[in-house]
Amino acid sequence: MRELVVIGGGPAGMSAAIAAYESGIRDILIIEREESLGGILRQCIHNGFGLHKFGEELTGPEYAYRYEQKVHEYGIEYKLSTTVIDITEDKVITATNASDGIFMVEAKAVVLAMGCRERSKGALNIAGARPSGIYSAGTAQKYVNIKGYMLGKSVVILGSGDIGLIMARRMTVEGAHVKAVCELMPYSGGLARNIHQCLDDFDIPLKLSHTVVQLHGKERLTGVTIAKVDDERKPIEETKEFIECDTLLLSVGLIPENELSEKASVKLDGITGGAQVDQNRETSVDGIFACGNVLHVHDLVDYVSDEAEIAGRSAASYIKGELAKKAEIKITRDEKIRYTVPQYITDEADVYFRTADVYKNVTLTVYKDGKAVYSKKKLKTAPGEMEKIHLDKSVIEGAEKIHIGLECRQ
Amino acid sequence: MYDVAIIGAGIIGAMTARELARYELKICVLEKESDVALGATKANSAIVHAGFDAKEGSLKAKLNVQGAKLMEQTARELGVKYIKNGSLVIGFDENDEKQLELLLERGKANGTEDLEIVRGERLKQLEPNISDSAVCALWAPTGAIICPYELALAAMGNAMDNGAELETDFEVSKIKSEQGAYMLCSNDGREICAKFVVNAAGLYSDKVAQMIGDRSFKVHPRKGEYILLDKKCGNLARHTIFRTPSKMGKGILVTPTVDGNLLLGPTSVDTEDKSDKDTTAQGFARIIKEAAENIKGIPFNKTITSFCGLRAVGDTGDFIINSPKERFINAAGIESPGLSASPAIAKLVCQMLWEQGLDLAEKSDFIKCRAPMHAFREASIEEKNEIIKKDRSFGKIVCRCEGITEGEILQAIRTNPKARDMDGVKRRTRAQMGRCQGGFCSPYIAELIAKELDIPYEKVTKSGKGSYILTGKTKGE
Amino acid sequence: MKKELTCIVCPLGCSLTAEMEHGKVLSVVGNTCPKGAKYAQTECVSPQRTVTSTVRCTNGAMLPVKTDREIPKEKIMECMKIINNCIAHLPISVGDVIIKDVLGSNIVATANMK
Repeated sequence: MRELVVIGGGPAGMSAAIAAYESGIRDILIIEREESLGGILRQCIHNGFGLHKFGEELTGPEYAYRYEQKVHEYGIEYKLSTTVIDITEDKVITATNASDGIFMVEAKAVVLAMGCRERSKGALNIAGARPSGIYSAGTAQKYVNIKGYMLGKSVVILGSGDIGLIMARRMTVEGAHVKAVCELMPYSGGLARNIHQCLDDFDIPLKLSHTVVQLHGKERLTGVTIAKVDDERKPIEETKEFIECDTLLLSVGLIPENELSEKASVKLDGITGGAQVDQNRETSVDGIFACGNVLHVHDLVDYVSDEAEIAGRSAASYIKGELAKKAEIKITRDEKIRYTVPQYITDEADVYFRTADVYKNVTLTVYKDGKAVYSKKKLKTAPGEMEKIHLDKSVIEGAEKIHIGLECRQ
Repeated sequence: MYDVAIIGAGIIGAMTARELARYELKICVLEKESDVALGATKANSAIVHAGFDAKEGSLKAKLNVQGAKLMEQTARELGVKYIKNGSLVIGFDENDEKQLELLLERGKANGTEDLEIVRGERLKQLEPNISDSAVCALWAPTGAIICPYELALAAMGNAMDNGAELETDFEVSKIKSEQGAYMLCSNDGREICAKFVVNAAGLYSDKVAQMIGDRSFKVHPRKGEYILLDKKCGNLARHTIFRTPSKMGKGILVTPTVDGNLLLGPTSVDTEDKSDKDTTAQGFARIIKEAAENIKGIPFNKTITSFCGLRAVGDTGDFIINSPKERFINAAGIESPGLSASPAIAKLVCQMLWEQGLDLAEKSDFIKCRAPMHAFREASIEEKNEIIKKDRSFGKIVCRCEGITEGEILQAIRTNPKARDMDGVKRRTRAQMGRCQGGFCSPYIAELIAKELDIPYEKVTKSGKGSYILTGKTKGE
Repeated sequence: MKKELTCIVCPLGCSLTAEMEHGKVLSVVGNTCPKGAKYAQTECVSPQRTVTSTVRCTNGAMLPVKTDREIPKEKIMECMKIINNCIAHLPISVGDVIIKDVLGSNIVATANMK
């Protein structure tokens, strides 16, 4: 019997384990499927991480290294190259690796920190054959940054998520010609700074309201046909345009990887794709916590760390028998807000959310039992950026219903 | 000099090779692609038809019923998954019901067993998610599902374990007939001599027949597009759900696969281009519309991939199995129910070869069974740990979505017929076939292939020939 | 003359407007913090960037690296050339200088490599 098992040794898993340690838990095991700690940050060699957590700009590996050092300093145990294949509701974890074979660990508390995966080309139903030369942006990042291999010479990118933007720059500086980034929506899914420093800097056109409608080539990709889309996101025939390229990168969204959570009967949120949690990041199953991109896709790793610290501390309290009863007030929201995390609340907390569209001159209002108790203005919100609103004790106390409203002029 | 050369390593070529491998014969299978099962066998509905479809008295009818009966046993010997899930042909109105009655009669005449027309509550019981507008259905409990390329790979592998040889990337471009033998020449200058030839070249079987002067038939491609859904959706349908056939064809079917996915398709569009495997926006739209009319609540957002297959449609309306010339057998125009009929077609071809003088002396050491490639995947934890103790690579998971280990991938690269590219590994192990479609594991799998085949990393291909994945190192030596 | 910019100092990505005259920035609006104003000043006159890339190590593995300070934007490709011609010798710790004096910066390791 272990006190705490953390599944995943990326930024979320490490932060959670460290926070639990700092809350007095010593018997901790991190299980990581890759051959080193760090998760996806290992391949995110670009800078832009850590401003919020460390007040300086770090690259992905550097950000991960800060946490790795803490893990080592505290002597937190971890198993690498080990894949968890099952978790039960009773927190029995089954994992496998080459040296131990398949083994089981029972834990008092579990933190889920498995991260997310990229939406694949299969899910897009693009017409055409199935040539080589089509990669999701993260896979491309792994080939280029970790393995040190180039994928092609001329590139089109579908989707303007941050990884796609970062890879546009990365492929360019490594000598490829990135011809265009197509985005189905009328706005980019990535951060404004990345559009500027990854596309504008290299004169890469960002084609908003455009999509790839046809793949060409039978063995290797030889080109793509792109088209502008109308308001219903249907391609407009007359705008079709052929672009010769040997590589198509896809940056069309991330999906929290919750197959294990489902095995443990954790209730999921249909919109985030992650678990439903309260402000302690405790899931519907007692003693199972979730944080990071497995809970909902974050825009910044700094917020992943914040969230994981909450999960780690809460898991520690749970192990010590000090965790407050699970929250039961469900946060409801206007349609313009896609989701909130946490979904349930009983105590003061930061509530994270994303909006359904780009809105300008936004007023956010918190309603306690139907009465507006707090409001906050924002110049602009976009689905690509996570928003946060703090609900303090006075808002929560005695509340039966909490609702978050979003109004915008326009 | 080979006793028999088989042109084409699709399901017919592979099953025929396996059937012939029972005997003291030197066999060679020539395949123009880089791997087994890359033609019509790769992309079809993966169904063992019960046998009520084809017209009474046709070869299709006869061989379908025979083949379907042999299939369970064949699959067991070859270690291939086979599930007798039964099929339902659903009807939406009285006209359909009349059609179903005719199908029932036809099935009885063909020798299909246990056919029955079901309605209302009975239908709902059999298939809880069936469309509310379905009023009746022809139920065929003997219908089954199987993975066609798994079957072809296993048959070819078993034939090779019994001495048959496989030449890939061998596109027959010329056939010379000399001194009681045939000389088969590839377009890259290789030559192979054989006393007997089986033409199982699928879409190209008319072209091959023409090489010996047989112009009696033509084969044209008919496109069939499919959509494959996540394993979470496989239990939406228990049976293979067909629609009542009409003048417009058989329509879109919905079926679980042996691996638990849900398969929707196929469209049916005649074309001239034998290499056109493009999926189309119209195809997707039709599949989605009709599949939703068959079964309720299909979550199309759980699509993991879509693909297009080409059926090899002959111009005679039936399978073309004949001998246009001495010691040369055509097994052509094998469209649906070709997969179902394949064990029977292989036996028939064997018999025809024997009738033409091929000596069939049974091998005393014929290896009848092949270890299932999915054995590890389906073993208990205790059994798995026993295997891992002997070979540590079975402890390391490479494809997390499907839970495929390094050991299984190495096995696919080392076992006949050996996988040599990314798609080859995928078809043999299911690695890269899950939700992330190889996003996470493909860089590792490429590494394993490069190491096993002792080739540079950047020489690993997706599917042979020009389908390279990498162009070279970013920098440094 | 007005110049529209996106601030890249932090993930907020503020939209900035710089008022310029004779190649000099007179004023900046739209910034949330003083760093934004400073960014606009340099961005309009001589834009600077941190370059991140990889260096191949003696064992064939890839070492992530960065310039330890910003370099002129137009020199990014020149910087890449220098980085690409280098082979790193193991072992390496985070912060080790891999190449000295590259366009006013040092190329430093951003990960450990044994």
